[in-house]
Amino acid sequence: MAADRFNFNKSWDHIQAKFVGTGHGDTSKFEWATNQHRDTIASNVGHSDIIDYYSVAQNLSQGRVRYNLMEKMLQPCGPPPPKDDEDEE
Amino acid sequence: MTDQGDASKAQAEQATQPANGEATDQRQDGAKVGLLSVGGFDTDIYGGGDKFAGFSSAIVDEQEEADGDTEVISHIGAASHPSTRMAIPAKALEAAGGEDASDPFAQYRESGGSGLVNTRISDRETDYHARRRNRLLSPDRGDAFSGKTPARSYKDIMINQDLDRQKEELLAAARKKAEAEADAQAQQQGATAAAAATAAKLSAPAAAAAAAPAAKKRRRWDESEATPVMKPSASGWDAETPGRTPGGAGADMETPGKAGGKSRWDQTPVRGDGAAAALGGATPGTAKRRNRWDETPGADSGATPRASRWDDATPKAGGAGGVEATPGVGATPSAKKKSRWDETPMVGGVRATSLIGMTPGGAMTGETPFGAMGMATPTPGAIAAAQAAAAQEPMTPELAQRMRWEREVEERNRPMTDEELDALFPDAGYKILPAPATYVPIRTPSRLLLATPTPMGMTPGFKMAETPAREEYGIAATQSETGLPFIKPEDMQYFGKLMEAVDENELDPDQAKERRILTLLLKIKSGTPPQRKTALRQITDKARDLGAGPLFNQILPLLMSPTLEDQERHLLVKVIDRVLYKLDDLVRPYVHKILVVIEPLLIDEDYYARVEGREIISNLSKAAGLATMIATMRPDIDNLDEYVRNTTARAFAVVASALGVPALLPFLKAVCQSRKSWQARHTGIKIVQQIAILIGCAVLPHLRQMVDIIEHGLTDEQQKVRTITALALSTLAEAAHPYGIESFDGVLRPLWKGIRTHRGKGLAAFLKAIGFIIPLMDANYANYYTREVMVILIREFQSPDEEMKKIVLKVVKQCVATDGVEAQYVREEILPEFFRNFWVRRMALDRRNYKQVVETTVEIANKVGVSDVVTRIVDDLKDENEPYRRMVMETIEQVLQNLGAADVDARLEEQLVDGVLYAFQEQTEADQGAGAAMLAGFGTVVNALGARCKAYLPQITGTIKWRLNNKSAKVRMQAADLIGRVAVVMKACEEDTLMGHLGVVLYEYLGEEYPEVLGSILGALKAIVNVIGMTRMTPPIKDLLPRLTPILKNRHEKVQENAIDLVGRIADRGAEMVSAREWMRICFELLEMLKAPKKAIRRAAVNTFGYIAKAIGPQDVLHTLLNNLKVQERQNRVCTTVAIAIVAETCSPFTVVPALMNEYRVPELNVQNGVLKALSFMFEYIGEMGKDYIYAVCPLLEDALMDRDLVHRQTACTTVKHIALGVAGLGCEDALVHLLNFVWPNIFETSAHVINAVMEAIEGCTVALGPARVFMYVAQGLYHPARRVREVYWKLYNMLYIYGADALTPAYPVIQDDARNRYRRTDLEVFI
Repeated sequence: MAADRFNFNKSWDHIQAKFVGTGHGDTSKFEWATNQHRDTIASNVGHSDIIDYYSVAQNLSQGRVRYNLMEKMLQPCGPPPPKDDEDEE
Repeated sequence: MTDQGDASKAQAEQATQPANGEATDQRQDGAKVGLLSVGGFDTDIYGGGDKFAGFSSAIVDEQEEADGDTEVISHIGAASHPSTRMAIPAKALEAAGGEDASDPFAQYRESGGSGLVNTRISDRETDYHARRRNRLLSPDRGDAFSGKTPARSYKDIMINQDLDRQKEELLAAARKKAEAEADAQAQQQGATAAAAATAAKLSAPAAAAAAAPAAKKRRRWDESEATPVMKPSASGWDAETPGRTPGGAGADMETPGKAGGKSRWDQTPVRGDGAAAALGGATPGTAKRRNRWDETPGADSGATPRASRWDDATPKAGGAGGVEATPGVGATPSAKKKSRWDETPMVGGVRATSLIGMTPGGAMTGETPFGAMGMATPTPGAIAAAQAAAAQEPMTPELAQRMRWEREVEERNRPMTDEELDALFPDAGYKILPAPATYVPIRTPSRLLLATPTPMGMTPGFKMAETPAREEYGIAATQSETGLPFIKPEDMQYFGKLMEAVDENELDPDQAKERRILTLLLKIKSGTPPQRKTALRQITDKARDLGAGPLFNQILPLLMSPTLEDQERHLLVKVIDRVLYKLDDLVRPYVHKILVVIEPLLIDEDYYARVEGREIISNLSKAAGLATMIATMRPDIDNLDEYVRNTTARAFAVVASALGVPALLPFLKAVCQSRKSWQARHTGIKIVQQIAILIGCAVLPHLRQMVDIIEHGLTDEQQKVRTITALALSTLAEAAHPYGIESFDGVLRPLWKGIRTHRGKGLAAFLKAIGFIIPLMDANYANYYTREVMVILIREFQSPDEEMKKIVLKVVKQCVATDGVEAQYVREEILPEFFRNFWVRRMALDRRNYKQVVETTVEIANKVGVSDVVTRIVDDLKDENEPYRRMVMETIEQVLQNLGAADVDARLEEQLVDGVLYAFQEQTEADQGAGAAMLAGFGTVVNALGARCKAYLPQITGTIKWRLNNKSAKVRMQAADLIGRVAVVMKACEEDTLMGHLGVVLYEYLGEEYPEVLGSILGALKAIVNVIGMTRMTPPIKDLLPRLTPILKNRHEKVQENAIDLVGRIADRGAEMVSAREWMRICFELLEMLKAPKKAIRRAAVNTFGYIAKAIGPQDVLHTLLNNLKVQERQNRVCTTVAIAIVAETCSPFTVVPALMNEYRVPELNVQNGVLKALSFMFEYIGEMGKDYIYAVCPLLEDALMDRDLVHRQTACTTVKHIALGVAGLGCEDALVHLLNFVWPNIFETSAHVINAVMEAIEGCTVALGPARVFMYVAQGLYHPARRVREVYWKLYNMLYIYGADALTPAYPVIQDDARNRYRRTDLEVFI
C-alpha cells in the first residue's frame, strides 16, 4: 500500500508538471476552483465562436471580451485563503 | 589511431626490456638460461639493445585530433566491454617473465573485480583514460556569490595555474638540455644498442633514481613489474606536500622532484647543472604552492580538528622509504617518488619500494579514515606482522586485493604433504621413490613471502596447513551485528571507521554526521537492493542537513578508488545526481571536485557511462549556474595536460547544451581569441566542436556566431589549432546539413587556401571540413569548389596514410553526391584515377577501407550511371582474390539496386551474368557474411536484368540444381535461398516449366535433415507457389500439403516459420484443393504452434486458423478451439482465445458468438476466462462491427463484472474497454452507461492488473460517453472524507482532465461564493 501511494505521488509530480490543473487528495476548494476558472477562461478564449457569443451578449468588441477574459486569469477567484488551517501535514 | 600503434609498441617493449636485462644478468652469473627468458644470444649479431629505443611510446597529443565520441572510443582499441573479457588477461600470460621475475603469477593478480568477468574499471582503462587519476580533487573553492571573498578565489587559482605553466616550460627546457647532453655522451661512447640503455640512464642521473628507459618516460601508470627500476617521475602528490618531507637528506634530494611535481605526467625531472640553477631561481618556492595545501585545508581543519591524511601518511611513508631505500634510489624516500597509483611491486630484490606507504585512492580531500593508515612497510616481515596483528589492518586496496588473491592461489596450488599422500594411497602396493638428484624446487621467493600459512624461510609445500580461517583470506570480521553490508577489504580504508565500536551519544555532531554518511554510502555501494533503495532515499532527503562538504568529501574519493567497479560507479554517480538536485546552489564550492571525478565519464568507452556523465554535468551546471561553471572550469582550459583540456572541452559542451548556447558564446569568443596561450584557443575551438556534436542541428540558430568565433583559428600560427578548427568546422557543417552555407562564407577562402599549404594531418582535417561544407552549397558553387579541391584530392589518392585515404574517399563521396558536380566532369577527371588507386585488391583487406570504397563507388555510379562503373569492375568478378570479388559483388549489387540495369548493354550483360555466376560458384564457404553478400548480389543482378535473363536461366537453374545436391549444408541452403530470390524473374521470363521442375526437385528434398536447409527449401517452395499459383503448381497442392503436415511438428524456428507461411498461403488461396479432413489435422498441429516462442510464428499460426476456418467453415475449427480452452497451459489458452477471435473476425462474429457464449456456461474458471478473453480480442478486432453484438453480450459481461473472481472482472473490464472504443459515436451510449455502472465499483481494487484494466475500461467509456458524463461519477468522491477514497477519485479526475480538460469546463459544479472568494463562473451564465 505504501509503495502504491508512493508511486502514485511520484507520478503525480510528473503529471502535475505537464498539466497544472491536475489535483490530488489534498487539493483545496480554492485551488480546484481557481483551476476551473482558468480552464474555463482558456477554453472560452480558445473558441472564437464563444467569444463572438459573449461579445453580442455583453455588447463589447471581441477584442475587449478576450482582453477581459485574459485579465481574469490572474486570481480568478480572488486572493487565496490564509494558510493556517491546512498546515499540520 | 596512431595511439593504438604506440600502445602495442609499448607493450611489446615492456615484454622485451626485462628479458634483455635478465639475459645480461644471467650471462654474468653463468647460470642456466631460464625457460622463458631470452637465451644468451650474441648481442653483436642479434642486437641486444632496446630496438624500440628511438620510438616514442608515449601517447602524445594526437588524441586531440580525435573528433567526436566515436573516434575517442575507437581509439580505445584493445579495451573492450568487460563482459567480453575474462578475469585473466592474455597480457598476463605473455608478460609472465622468466623464472627470476620473482613471481610468474604476478600478472594474474592484476585481475580482480567481482567474478569471472572483470568489472574493475581501472583494469580496462587505456593509458589515456587512466590519466584521470592524475587530476587532483582540489580543495574546496569558495562560492563567489556568497557575498564574502572565498577561500580560494578565481584569482588564486589562475595564479597557481600560471606558475605551473612556467615551471613546466622550465622543466621542459632543462629536460631537453639534459637529453641533448646525454645524446652527445652517447655518441661519444659509440652508438651501440647497449649504449642506448646507458644513455637513458645518464639522462636522468640527477633525478636520483636509476632512470626508466627514455621511451618509457611518460607512462607512469604502466605496470612496474616490467621495469626493474621504478619510474622516477615525481608524483603530483608529492609535490603538493613540500613542507612535509621528512629528513634532511630526503628533503634535499626532493627538490627536483618537487619542482617537477606538478608536471605530473612528464618526463623524469632532471637536475641538469644549469637547469637546476634556473629551477631554483625560477620556481617561486614552496611558499606559493603551500597555500594550496596548507592554507585552505587549514581553513577546513579549523572546523574539523582531525589530522589531514597527509600528516599521517607522508612522513611515515617517507620514513619507511628511508629504511627500505634501495641503492638505486639513493637517499630519496622511495615512497615519495613513486606514484600512489602504481602497481604494487612484488617484494624482493631491487624492487622493494614502500608501496603501502602510499596513501590510497581517491582519499585526497577529507580526513584520513584511519589514523594508522599506510603505516605498514612492505617488507615481508612487516606484512606478515601486519597480518598476524589483525585482518582488519587497513591497507591499500590494491594490496588487499592482491593478498587475497595470492592466498587463494597458494592454498589451491600447494603441493600435497606426505600425510595427505599417505591418506590417499593404499598402504600396500606403492613404493616411495626418492626425489631425483637433479630435482630443484621452483624458487619463487616472493610468492612465499606473502603466503600466510607458511612461515618465512620455509620451503613451500611440505607443511600441512590448517584449514584456513576466513580471517586468513583477509576477510574482516563479520558486520552482521551492525546490520551493515559486507565491507570489501579494498573498501576498508573508507569504511573501516564504521567497524569501530563507538558510543553514538558521545560523538560530536560532525563525527556523527560523517558516520551517518559513511553508513549510507556503504549500504548504497555494497548493500542489498532494498538496503540500497532506502539508503539512497535517505541520503537524498537528508542531503541539505548532511551538508555538501561532508557528502562530497566522502563520495568523491570513493569514485576515485582504483578498485572501483562498474556497478559501484553507477550507484555512486546516481547518488551524486540525486544529491545535486537537493543541494542546489550549495554545491558551488565543490563544482571542481565533482567535475574532476565526473569528466572522465564523458570519454568512457561505455555509452551509458557517457550519458550518465552528461546528465550529471548538466544538472550540476543547472544547480551551480553559468558563472560558477565558467569560473571553475576556466583555469582548466589552458591546462598543460591535454587530457584535462579534452575532458574540460566536453564538459563545457554539456554545460552549453544545458544552459543554452547563447549564454556561453561571449565566453567562447574570448577564449578562442586568447593571446596568452594556444592551448586556450585550441580548447575553445574544441568546445565549439563538441557543442556541435552534442546538440546536432540545434546549432543552426547560432551557426554564424560559432563560425565567426572559430574562424580565425584556420590561420593560427599553431598547427594544432588550425587542425582542430578545420575539424570543428566540419562538425558544424555536418550538424547544420543541409542548411547554413551562408554562415560558412568567411571560412571558404582560408579553407581552400589551406589545402594548398598544408600536408599530412592538417591537410586531412581541412579536406574533411571541405567535404562537409560542399554538400551545403548551391549547385554552381559546389561545382566550382569541387573542381578546386579535386586537384588536391586526386593527388592524395596515392597517399599511403590510411587516415588520409578514408578522408579522401569520404570527401570524394560528398563532392560527387552534390548537385552541381556534373557527370561529365566526374567521368573524365575523377573516375580514371579513382579506379586506378582504390580498386585494388589491397583495399579489400581492411574492413573499413572496403566499406568506404564501396560507398564512394556507389555514389559515383549514382552520378555517372551504371555502365561506366560496372564496366570497369565487372571483370574483377573473376579475380582470384575472394575478398576482392566480394567487394566487387557488393558494389555491383548496390549499384544495380539503386539504378536498375537499363543502362547495361548486351555485352556488359553477358559479362555480368558470367562474372556473377563465376563468383557465386567459386565462393568458399568460409564465412556467413560473404555467402550472404554473394547471394544478395546474385539475386539483385538477376532481378535487375529481369526478362533479359531468359537466355541465362537454364544455366542458372543448372547451377542451382547442382548446388542443391552439394554435400555441404550451407551450399544447399544458399541454393535454396537463391531460388526464393529468382522465382519472380523466372515467372517474368515465362519459364513456368522450369519452375515446375524446380518445384518437383525441391519437393524431393523435403526430407532434408538440416533444419536450416529445410527452412530454406520451404521458403523456396513458397516463392514458387506464390508466383505460379496454386492451380499450376507442380507437385500439385493435394500432394504437397500432406507432405507438409508432419513438418509442422518440427521445432526449429526457421522450419516452423517457413512451413506455417507456406501452409497459410495454401489455406488462403487453395484451400479447396485439400480435403477438410487434412485441414483438421493441420488445425491440431497448429494448436501446438500457438505456443512457439517466436511471435511471427504465433501470428502466422493464428492467421492460418482464420484461413482454414474460412475454407472449411468455423464449426469444426471452433469446436477444436473451444475444447482447447480447457487445457492447463496458460500460453496455449491465450493463443486459443486469439485464434477464436480471428475465426470470429474472418467468418463474421455471428458464427462464433453464440457458441462462445454458450461455452461461458461451463462452470470452470479457465473456460469462462477464456471466453471473456476471446470476446475481448474479438471486440478489439471487429471494431465498430461490435455495435451489433454489444447488447447480446451485455448480460454476460454484467455477470462477469460482478463475479467474485478478480480475473473475471479484469478480463471483463478489458472487454468493456474494447467494446467502448469500438462503438464510440455509434449510438450505444445506453449499453455503455449500463456497463460503466458495473465497472465503477471496481475502482478501489488494489491488484495492479485489475486496477489497470478498470482504469482502461473507464477511459474507454470516457472516449465513448465524453468526459462530462464520467465526471458525474468522479465528482461524487473528490471531497470524500476518507483520504484513500479521495485519492482514487482524484486520480480518476486527473485521468479525465488529461483526456479532455476543455470538455470538462461546462460540467464543473457551481460553487457558491463565500465572504472572501468569488467561485461562480459568471461567464457561463451569459444568455442571449
